[in-house]
Amino acid sequence: MATVLEVEGIKKHFGGIAAVDGVSFTVEEGEILGIIGPNGCGKSTLFNCILGQLSPTAGSVKLDGADVTGMNPEDMNRRGVSRTFQLLQVFPELSVRENLILAGQEHQGTMLSRLFGARDAGLTAAADRMIGFFKLGHLADARAGGLSYGQQKLLDAAMAFMAGPRLVLLDEPAGGVNLTMLGDLKERLKAMNAEAGATFVVIEHNMDFVMSLCTRVIVMAEGKVLAVGTPAEVRANPAVIEAYLGH
Amino acid sequence: MAEFIAYLIAGLATGAIYALAAIGFTLVWQTSQTINFAQGEFVMLPAILILAAVKLAGLPLWIAVILGIAAFILLFGWGFKLVIVDPMIRHGVLPLAIATMALSIIMKEGAKDGFTAEAQTFPSLVPQETVTFLGISISLQHIAIIVVACVAIGALQWFVTQTKTGRQMQASAQNPNVALILGIPVAQMVMLTFLINAALAALASILISPIYLAKFSNGEVIGLFAFIAAIVGGFNQVRGALAGGLIVGVIDSLAAAYISTSYRLAVPLVLLVVIILIKPEGLFGRKEERAV
Amino acid sequence: MNASRVDGVLVTLLLGVLILWFAPASMGRYGTYVLSLWIVTAVAVMGLNLTLGVAGLKSLAQAAFMGIGAYATALLTTKAGIGWFPAFMISGALCFVVGLFLGFPALRVKAHYLAFVTLAFSTLVWLVLRNEQWLTGGVFGLSNIPRPVIFGIKTDNALPFHRFVVVVTLALALILWWLLRSPWGRAFLALRENPVRAASLGINIRAYTLLAFAIGSAYAGFAGALYAPLVEFIDPSPFQLSASFFLLLMVVAGGSGYQLGPFVGALLGVVLPEWLRFTGGLYLIIFAGIVIALLIACPQGVLGLFERGWAAVKRRPMGANPPVKGAA
Repeated sequence: MATVLEVEGIKKHFGGIAAVDGVSFTVEEGEILGIIGPNGCGKSTLFNCILGQLSPTAGSVKLDGADVTGMNPEDMNRRGVSRTFQLLQVFPELSVRENLILAGQEHQGTMLSRLFGARDAGLTAAADRMIGFFKLGHLADARAGGLSYGQQKLLDAAMAFMAGPRLVLLDEPAGGVNLTMLGDLKERLKAMNAEAGATFVVIEHNMDFVMSLCTRVIVMAEGKVLAVGTPAEVRANPAVIEAYLGH
Repeated sequence: MAEFIAYLIAGLATGAIYALAAIGFTLVWQTSQTINFAQGEFVMLPAILILAAVKLAGLPLWIAVILGIAAFILLFGWGFKLVIVDPMIRHGVLPLAIATMALSIIMKEGAKDGFTAEAQTFPSLVPQETVTFLGISISLQHIAIIVVACVAIGALQWFVTQTKTGRQMQASAQNPNVALILGIPVAQMVMLTFLINAALAALASILISPIYLAKFSNGEVIGLFAFIAAIVGGFNQVRGALAGGLIVGVIDSLAAAYISTSYRLAVPLVLLVVIILIKPEGLFGRKEERAV
Repeated sequence: MNASRVDGVLVTLLLGVLILWFAPASMGRYGTYVLSLWIVTAVAVMGLNLTLGVAGLKSLAQAAFMGIGAYATALLTTKAGIGWFPAFMISGALCFVVGLFLGFPALRVKAHYLAFVTLAFSTLVWLVLRNEQWLTGGVFGLSNIPRPVIFGIKTDNALPFHRFVVVVTLALALILWWLLRSPWGRAFLALRENPVRAASLGINIRAYTLLAFAIGSAYAGFAGALYAPLVEFIDPSPFQLSASFFLLLMVVAGGSGYQLGPFVGALLGVVLPEWLRFTGGLYLIIFAGIVIALLIACPQGVLGLFERGWAAVKRRPMGANPPVKGAA
């Protein structure tokens, strides 16, 4: 199995504070890797360092063997890495379908061909497939801002997949989503993983969600990796239990 | 050489005035995200108001000065914040910036139509004499301006660092959320910066109008220099605005003397572009991190 | 940007052309001139609407670009004997290229610096126009700018020239309409709404920002190319910094981001002063006052107000919301 992502010794300092203090891990093709940890342990900052929203103070990131440390988000996306954000970020003024077309259009042809080509960059069929897959069918033309929170989260995740990425990083996809929707989301992600062989990394707070979805889990605390293993192994790890006591 | 020193001093004098305008501009930007495109007109108007009070209401000069400054601070410090900034800030920075552009038009046209389109002489604080020192002839007025500006800026600096209110104001500027938590009345502190800005602008107006004459269109050039000073010096530091003002003043003065007068304005403009390209946070500014 | 709203724009444009084609019949020469001026100004505001309203960039150089276009056209048609149409294209292309060069370094840094770089550029352009008398006529300007001959038809008179302006403006408006419907239009919107999210979707922020700025500037150049033969004499004064402020106010007043906003904004900025001429020089103050009031009440401008009213009439929550100003 190929190693898709190799993160080595990532550090991010803000002034005197080390938000991320030397994190290393790998992501294998086809797996669903979970990253959990108490609030403020550096999970989101880690994502931002990998994906280019922030430049790491130290460390390296390799995608399929190539060094992509500090590469900006547009280029990372072009190389096949996409993400969702903790704070919901769909485009409320566009319809659901338009959001999805937007999410995939930059991977269709060149800038010029997109200017003179089809209005939808040829993506209507793909967007509709995605809408069907994520069970948002009846909402295809609805304004994204009018959807329920859970539905927008589904859309957000769907957008991350539109470009057929190599690797998807999901930042707290379950946050604020009600139980039924959560079941749907988990089931859709598992299906995406099984059918399309998509590789994910998921940051989450919701332990049940992570444990039932992920194949492997990393536990972080205070900017460092505390433990790595299967959900069962991690759950039984005394250091992990200690870190979570009281949370 | 003697000539050069004279130009240098002239540049420091006008630069000190630009610094006053730039400091006010920077303070307002820091505390309330307001880019005041009318800052130049803020420096133009007080002198016009004072002259109007003298010519139209027949008031003696010193009363006109006091009333004019008070009225200006009231209208364009307190009034500006309440009528324009507060209602607009919830819509975002851009609408507010555009509102200040509209305000600049109103102030400029108001001065032109309400008073006169002609340039008016404005009485100077000190007699228009020159003294000779070490063979250099220096204008007394320039010296007076430098002294007054230094005193004003010194007083401001003392206020900000040595008094409780001043430190609270600084805290509000640097981190309003934390300041709120610490119990600082942030809203009042922000209003204070607006009042200070109006006061600084009024002072700048009185200092510069004797030299350049009071004219409704002065705001354009003065505003331009204030922006350049603020950016060159460093948008997020007050001492940057001071340095920026002096640099701009000196460069402008030397450019007028040694380069063609018709392109004199181009020199500070080029400086602005160069600084934005090489060191966008300004010579003394702090770098701002890319936001997530 | 849903389908029905876009088609509404198209219909309005075509209807508008029809009306404007026949409207001057009842107006004298001066009335027709004001109509033409309104439309020409709308072209410049259209460009700025793309730059500011769609892409979110504060450009303070729109009037300067209009000046570049006007002077280029004037010089090419009077001194170099080149026909209007090639001059028109050159004016637009020149402004596009200059816009690219100007925008490229400025966009490496935070967006609000563009405002100041364009401010500096505006002043520099004005200085050159005023000082280089050998080229631009300095404060004396350039006169006797010829009106074009289209397919053998002379447009020297007010009515034929007006119709010519209407046709050209329609073409430019349609190009913009089509641009905004294309994937580029979607990318521009993403750029304004949420640049961080847009970048994470692979949208090349810098390229699109630069293009929005360059295209917007090109439109100012086109407007200048129409303005020169309209007024037949140009000097630097209509292209100074305050004119750029004024154009910005027009974008906002009409409704930033709305495709028809520029026409409304230009109406307020050009035709309103004509109606208010009896107030002397006060119309500028009145216009600026209206803009401030609009900004406080409804930052989405006149068209935003209409949309709110329409939504209220239809008694539904604010549906297709107008483009939002957004944070910082």
